[in-house]
Amino acid sequence: MTAPLVAVLDYGIGNLSSAHKALVRMGADARLTRDAGLVADADGVVLPGVGAFGACMDALRGAALESVVHDAVASGRPFLGICVGMQMLFDASDEDPMHRGLGVLRGRVEAIPDTVRKPQMQWNELHVHATDSLFIGLPATPWVYFVHSFAARPTDPRVVVATCDYGADLTAVVRHENVVATQFHPEKSAADGLSMLGNFVQSCGGAR
Amino acid sequence: MNVARVIPCLDVTDGRVVKGINFVGLRDAGDPVELAARYDTEGADELVFLDITASSDNRRTTIDMVERVAAEVFIPFTVGGGIRTLEDARSMLRAGADKVSVNTSAVQRPELVSEIAAEFGVQCCVCAVDAKLRVNGSGWEVFLNGGRTPTGIDALEWVAEAVTRGAGEILLTSMDRDGTREGFDIDLTRAVCDAVNVPVIASGGVGSLGHLVEGVTLGGASGVLAASIFHFGEHTVAQAKAAMSAAGVRVRPA
Repeated sequence: MTAPLVAVLDYGIGNLSSAHKALVRMGADARLTRDAGLVADADGVVLPGVGAFGACMDALRGAALESVVHDAVASGRPFLGICVGMQMLFDASDEDPMHRGLGVLRGRVEAIPDTVRKPQMQWNELHVHATDSLFIGLPATPWVYFVHSFAARPTDPRVVVATCDYGADLTAVVRHENVVATQFHPEKSAADGLSMLGNFVQSCGGAR
Repeated sequence: MNVARVIPCLDVTDGRVVKGINFVGLRDAGDPVELAARYDTEGADELVFLDITASSDNRRTTIDMVERVAAEVFIPFTVGGGIRTLEDARSMLRAGADKVSVNTSAVQRPELVSEIAAEFGVQCCVCAVDAKLRVNGSGWEVFLNGGRTPTGIDALEWVAEAVTRGAGEILLTSMDRDGTREGFDIDLTRAVCDAVNVPVIASGGVGSLGHLVEGVTLGGASGVLAASIFHFGEHTVAQAKAAMSAAGVRVRPA
């Protein structure tokens, strides 16, 4: 079986290599790319993101990847958003209210309560609320690494498949059809995180 | 809920880990990848690589090291030491570091913190602060160059400014305690934690597992950093976490 081709969208922000390397480790033919043709040919697409919401949206649009994201989502192929890559899928963020999000998922990204230190920069356990292919073979409460000061509040609570407790119940994983997204960094979450990426790669293999 | 992090710190020069690494069963005690993997297996939550390479000519070897670690070890790691410019930060982050830590160069030119935060986000901008109690006991002073150079700058004022400028984390080292094995400077740790609302990592002086517990329970730190107690094989990270857990500190299971 050939390795699934996974396009990791490269729009020039921060450390994207970790996600790329982790996907390769878990069996993907992962490519860092902004080539719309390559993304269209890929078995799965990953939208990473670090830094500020507005800066990431600007960079994504600057790299002409906004429509590429919408096309990938609409194609039904597995799509994974990570951290700010998850937040960008929503309509807007309180971090940069003047920037429009991708609007793939309904809802806003809101600040973590001021009662706790920000960013949440730590490992935390996931409270899993629904079965998902991302969690196949994982412990009941996986431990994963978070770095964020904002978290999504989806309009439809049914898309929330996992939360974590940090000042409030924060959205940690959302799923809507072929789109799955994690607020935490699976590529930095040791064995549990790698297993999730492996499950995503598996789902890409099945999509062909 | 807060989950305290346990962070081994490794000194590197020319892409090799130096100073007293004494793990049983390592093929090569100086190999950063092998050591990082070992600490990962033991349950380390993050790693800090402190580059003590004197010459900037050898930065390329440090970047190569960061790339090798990032390809093999899937936990977060910070690279500090010698990050003087935005380009230095960029090269470390591009190579796969999750965070960069700035110290002397940030005190000399605080805009560096703002620049890194603006370009890459606050989450990857760690401000390392070496502080020492003033002789008259009136607060703590920032020192540079590994504790050799006094600045006259008040440590609490500096951490507040660094956070305002975009530091997403403070790595706080007590120069009074560093190397003493007498435990963290709890008063200093508590004062810094009260001065900022970002995570604070306590460093300097750990000689026992109880000290790690105190850094969180008494000092209020979000994480604890130690070098020698792990390197010399006195304690494993797993033992540290067991001790913290037994004391009621929430940690990720090792």
